[in-house]
Amino acid sequence: MKSEPLIRWDWVTRNWDNGSPSAISTLLESHMLMAFLPVLLGLLVALPLGLACVRWPRLYQPTAGLVNVTYALPSLVLFSIFLSLTGLTPATVIVPLTFFTLAVLIPAVVDGLASVPDHVRQSATAMGFRPLRRLLQVELPVAVPVVLAGTRVATVSSISLVSVGALIGQGGLGNLFIDGWQRQFYTPIIVGIVLIVVLAVLADGLLVLAQRLLTPWSRARRDAR
Amino acid sequence: MNWLIDFFGDADHWSGPYGIPARLLEHLAFSGVAFLVAASIAVPLGMLIGHTGRGALLVVVSANAARALPTLGLLVLVVLLAGVGTALPVLIPLIVLAVPPILVNTYEGIRGVDPDLRDAAYGMGLRGRQVLFQALTPVALPLILLGLRLAAIQVVSTATIAAFVGLGGLGRFIIDGIATRTYADVIGGAVLVAGLALAVQFGFTLLQRVTVSPGVRNLR
Amino acid sequence: MIIFDGVTKRYQDGTVAVDDLSIEVPGGAITVLVGPSGCGKTTSLRMINRMVDASSGRILLDGRDIRDADPATLRRGIGYVIQHAGLFPHRRIVDNVATVPYLLGWNKKRARARAMELIELVGLDPKLATRYPFQLSGGQQQRVGVARALAADPPVLLMDEPFSAVDPVVRTGLQDELLRLQTELRKTIVFVTHDIDEAIKLGDTVAVLRTGGRLAQMAGPATLLSEPVDAFVRGFLGRDRGIRRLSFISAKDVRLAPVPADLALDDENRPLGTHADGRALPYGTFDPETDSMRVALDAALLSPDGTAVAVDGDGRVLGVATREALDAVLRKYAGGQTGDGTPI
Repeated sequence: MKSEPLIRWDWVTRNWDNGSPSAISTLLESHMLMAFLPVLLGLLVALPLGLACVRWPRLYQPTAGLVNVTYALPSLVLFSIFLSLTGLTPATVIVPLTFFTLAVLIPAVVDGLASVPDHVRQSATAMGFRPLRRLLQVELPVAVPVVLAGTRVATVSSISLVSVGALIGQGGLGNLFIDGWQRQFYTPIIVGIVLIVVLAVLADGLLVLAQRLLTPWSRARRDAR
Repeated sequence: MNWLIDFFGDADHWSGPYGIPARLLEHLAFSGVAFLVAASIAVPLGMLIGHTGRGALLVVVSANAARALPTLGLLVLVVLLAGVGTALPVLIPLIVLAVPPILVNTYEGIRGVDPDLRDAAYGMGLRGRQVLFQALTPVALPLILLGLRLAAIQVVSTATIAAFVGLGGLGRFIIDGIATRTYADVIGGAVLVAGLALAVQFGFTLLQRVTVSPGVRNLR
Repeated sequence: MIIFDGVTKRYQDGTVAVDDLSIEVPGGAITVLVGPSGCGKTTSLRMINRMVDASSGRILLDGRDIRDADPATLRRGIGYVIQHAGLFPHRRIVDNVATVPYLLGWNKKRARARAMELIELVGLDPKLATRYPFQLSGGQQQRVGVARALAADPPVLLMDEPFSAVDPVVRTGLQDELLRLQTELRKTIVFVTHDIDEAIKLGDTVAVLRTGGRLAQMAGPATLLSEPVDAFVRGFLGRDRGIRRLSFISAKDVRLAPVPADLALDDENRPLGTHADGRALPYGTFDPETDSMRVALDAALLSPDGTAVAVDGDGRVLGVATREALDAVLRKYAGGQTGDGTPI
């Protein structure tokens, strides 16, 4: 072990795209699928649900409670429970991760809509906006920075959490950690960590860029989580 | 359901060094130590950075890094580097991952206190330390507790995964169950960990009730 | 007494907030610093309790340079009231008021007893003492702010736009309350505002500062109104300077005429109204001993026949002031002179 270098580049080049299911590029692809799909699904669900919570405030309390409980559950716990339902498929990772992203995104949507100043809402109404049009043209655009800030948190967490799925056989790049552990071999572990962090930084950067383009009038509000 | 009955109904699961009580105690011990070490580093540091405003970049970087770093990868790497066999190396990633949520929320809490309040406190003749402890900290307490809660949950969660690199605790049921395809153990272990996580969550809600002044609770 | 001796505050980026300010703030009186935003009035105030340190010059508090004092100790002896009160949200009202006594090491019982005294002194219901700040209105919070500043009975009180964030009715109430308190307490008060009417109403002395932190004029409110030194001060004082100046001229010199027959009186000699067409019409009254010419003239303008009814403290009629009698007094003050020729 003593002479083992931290990284063997020849291993990386040999395993990057060797056609096997454990090739790094293949793992990267499945990792991205399992990380991004939950964010997308989460947004699709969180937007209408968040809107409903704002429209009918009585919904928010139970939703927030559920969200808090979900957020508290360790990822491995949810993966294990879904293992018995969805078996050894990417869905076993994607479905629980969707719950996690929801736990971040629903509050973000609700906070975002709450961040619309009352005078803005009222002046829109006074100018004759009907509720739907006001929502689409005034409230949602103003809420975008907060929702995107939540999306950034959800995306980065999702990318990192997928790797835990390796423990149940569906972990994308996380499989490199298992491989490295079993063979007492640093290289795959380091490659896995670096790729995951790089992926997270890139995705985060793209979202920041998206926000600059979408809302040139504002900067991201900081998130507390 | 049958799995749960299999798991919890098995008398062997309730005694001995591999039983539920022993595993629970192990889990609590590791999580507790990691949490206390992390809190005793991160709370003072967050308070100091929030109060002086120096080192804010450290807070932001640590928060982002902690979110992006894969837990499992970090665990495996640290334990391989430090050598398998003792529990100490496993504590390191547990602590490292618990520090940022406490640090960020403590910092944000202190920094986010109404500047008028800070001004009034100095204006009345409170010294720097008195301003921090008598005015800023009580107002920042809800956020500090939020950070501690997130960190505690993070520790419980990471300690579960750490079973993979040889740590005891409730994660053993899950990891060993997966290895031997004993789903009753997997589900049973998952339910135990979930229960522990929710108990931690609930515990912090109670703590918040007791420690946060009603005058502050209603601010937000 | 507080003396500013050539005080300048220059920030790192080169902006000058206060430029060579030399003024004397008399003890036991209200001195108002007033001016547009960016005139350095708040900075000047905050230099007194060392929330900001001067770049050059000296500030003397009762003859001692404040830089020789430890800031925290200095501040405990100076009351400080700010715009949004800055109450501790996590402490009950009584403990908020007792903050400085606690800092000074008073025991809890004595500090709270003192706090309760002050809560009543500033006109708050003692029942509010156990509430938290968020349960109080803005005006009530501001009263707590004043009570808190007075808790350790400091000789000096600094007030930084304390009434700016409340509505005009509440503000007027708070101003009247401050004047009432001041007749009892005789504190040395430095009061910062951007509202010239507030400055005229509250100040025994008013210092007008101009943008860039230089003193434009410092004078009593009446002198300020009658003799603004330049166009800036004139512009800042605004309209109706002549009318507003009347507030500072006593009505005691008005020559009173006998009560006319058509003024109906009750058994106690109090006026009921002016008879005309069998109806009692409204009338205006003033008390020559305590009221100003502004009140007297206002009373005359409100009466149907143009005469103001003079009454004593109990509301009994002393006589009436005709327009000619009022005019005779006003003529003496034309051009900003007092009756005996000295500037007011």
